[in-house]
Amino acid sequence: MHELSTHPVWHAPPHRGDRRTCQKALSAAAPPRAMVLLGMGRQNALRLLGMGLWISTALLAAPRAEPTPAPEAGAPIECRLDVRDAPNDKGTALEICWRAPADSADITVYAIERRDPETGDWQPVGTVSPAVAARDPQGGFRHQDRRAIEPNRTYAYRLAVVRSGARGAPPETLHTAAATGVARAQWFNHDRLPAAIAVLLFSASLLLFIRWARGGRDLFIRRIAGLEAVDEAVGRATEMGRPVLYSPGLDPMEEVATVASVNILGQVARKCGEYETRLIMPNRDAIVMTVAQEVVREAYTEIGRPDLYDPNDIYYTTQSQFGYAAAVCGTMMRERPATNFFIGHFYAESLILAETGNATGAIQIAGTDSDSQLPFFITACDYTLIGEELYAGSVYLSREPLLLGALKGQDAAKAVILALLLGGTILMLAGVDIRPLLG
Amino acid sequence: MKKTGPVILGFLVGILMLVQYFTPNAWIEARYNNVLDWKQVVFGMTLILGVVSLFLYHWRKISRRQSGWGYSVVTIGGLLFMIFAALIWSPEAGPYRWMFDYVQAPMQATMFALLAFYVASASYRAFRARGFHAALLLTAGVIVMLGRVPLGELIGVRIGETHISLATISSWILDYPNLAAKRGVMIGVGLGMTATAIKIIVGIERTYLGRGA
Repeated sequence: MHELSTHPVWHAPPHRGDRRTCQKALSAAAPPRAMVLLGMGRQNALRLLGMGLWISTALLAAPRAEPTPAPEAGAPIECRLDVRDAPNDKGTALEICWRAPADSADITVYAIERRDPETGDWQPVGTVSPAVAARDPQGGFRHQDRRAIEPNRTYAYRLAVVRSGARGAPPETLHTAAATGVARAQWFNHDRLPAAIAVLLFSASLLLFIRWARGGRDLFIRRIAGLEAVDEAVGRATEMGRPVLYSPGLDPMEEVATVASVNILGQVARKCGEYETRLIMPNRDAIVMTVAQEVVREAYTEIGRPDLYDPNDIYYTTQSQFGYAAAVCGTMMRERPATNFFIGHFYAESLILAETGNATGAIQIAGTDSDSQLPFFITACDYTLIGEELYAGSVYLSREPLLLGALKGQDAAKAVILALLLGGTILMLAGVDIRPLLG
Repeated sequence: MKKTGPVILGFLVGILMLVQYFTPNAWIEARYNNVLDWKQVVFGMTLILGVVSLFLYHWRKISRRQSGWGYSVVTIGGLLFMIFAALIWSPEAGPYRWMFDYVQAPMQATMFALLAFYVASASYRAFRARGFHAALLLTAGVIVMLGRVPLGELIGVRIGETHISLATISSWILDYPNLAAKRGVMIGVGLGMTATAIKIIVGIERTYLGRGA
């Protein structure tokens, strides 16, 4: 869609359709998206849950085709206009919708104008080239107006079907249509309904497992080699009389990977304190540094060795990505830590850090949720926490029943997703289309 | 209060962040933007802490004449020079800009360029076919690398009328086994992130507050 370059010629249209009839016909042919998503009824909602979250998420997120009556051949140039409230917003947008006329070969542009509620003047909103229609098999057009729309206020629109004049002649308006609409604020974004259901079900499963864990039920957690090796890695540094280096990655504190890293840091600091081993932590983010200082101080205090804490060992380096890499590599070469932890979210510097650590002969434990950096860590480090293992680290090391329950809830959700994926794959291979069942 | 205050605050802000994702309401969006604004303010303040930390760390090394203290002199000198250069001249021109363009940027590029050598050394270790898995990795790696260059289009086998080139096999490896593994990791990461967020919101996970919290 392009901004209006010239004003269309607003002639009297050759044919005027009954706007109310047009709107009615349009409404019947194309229900609003909110109706599609919410108006599926209880039975369909139960089916949705029954058929599984994963499949329903994918299907509900998919765009839905709106049935459109086929244009009649040879019909007059006529365009039906409908102004609807844009769904899932705060009432600051309207959607101007119309169908392509039966004979649209001569049409060069659709021009939309809006009447200013204050002055009554018609102002251009935008133009749509019929070329857009070629990408829409339904023959429908849609233009969203987001310019200074206020909620609960009626706005009038008009649409001109314009044909260019031959050999420099002025453009000719074949038809005009008008309609009004009111933008309404919504309280819930229905496009995110599947995500809301997923969060609720997942939270419920977490709380259920936490309840079981609190009740003393024995919960099996599979062995994670990288976390089992933490004791050995810190012990090795102690035996060699060298420090332990911990890098929390490059992301700021609000990223979940960094929070998970800081959670693991608490456990590592505790072990370092127990073995009286120095812990060095260069930081890229000042907030992460501040939080890390507090976490390490608390860990040392809890084991009764607050004297071991040195705030200068947890220091800020630089915001620069490769500046940080240089700082950490320099520290590894000078201080020669016996153990390196790279736990958090990393980018291109991951291999630089891991290879430098490898060159110094340190035992290295990495953990990241960055799938693009995982191969580098797997290649250059002794142990790697892959994806979700990063988030399980703190729980695994602390073995606190409440947190173990949450970890089991996570595993249960994963099992459900795997089952749904498997079921969906089998159904697809068998040629069974379950989409009609989901409404 | 020292322990419960942050947990209550975390709960309230966490719920606000969660709700704002599902509602387009203007009032909640405004509160969300407020939180983002506060974050910027907090970041500005902690940056001061960061600079102080950097200064103290290197000052201690200089005063104790620790190993490599000369580098700390350069670091503090550079820090002070850049601050005064930006204050005296414009950050867009003059010595500040010159130092940025001709010292910092090339140094960053140099660090990035080191990656090429590290990729070579890491690949050498990873591709040594010491076992089945390493051999599989080596085979897949060679096919993908060759399949990404024009030569890969020419190398292949003909089965009937169909020419299966290394490029085709490379695309298959990337689109199926590789993508499947990647998505498996991403599903786990998504669940882990959500679980961690829920644990923090409901106050089960408090390690980030200090383990004793």
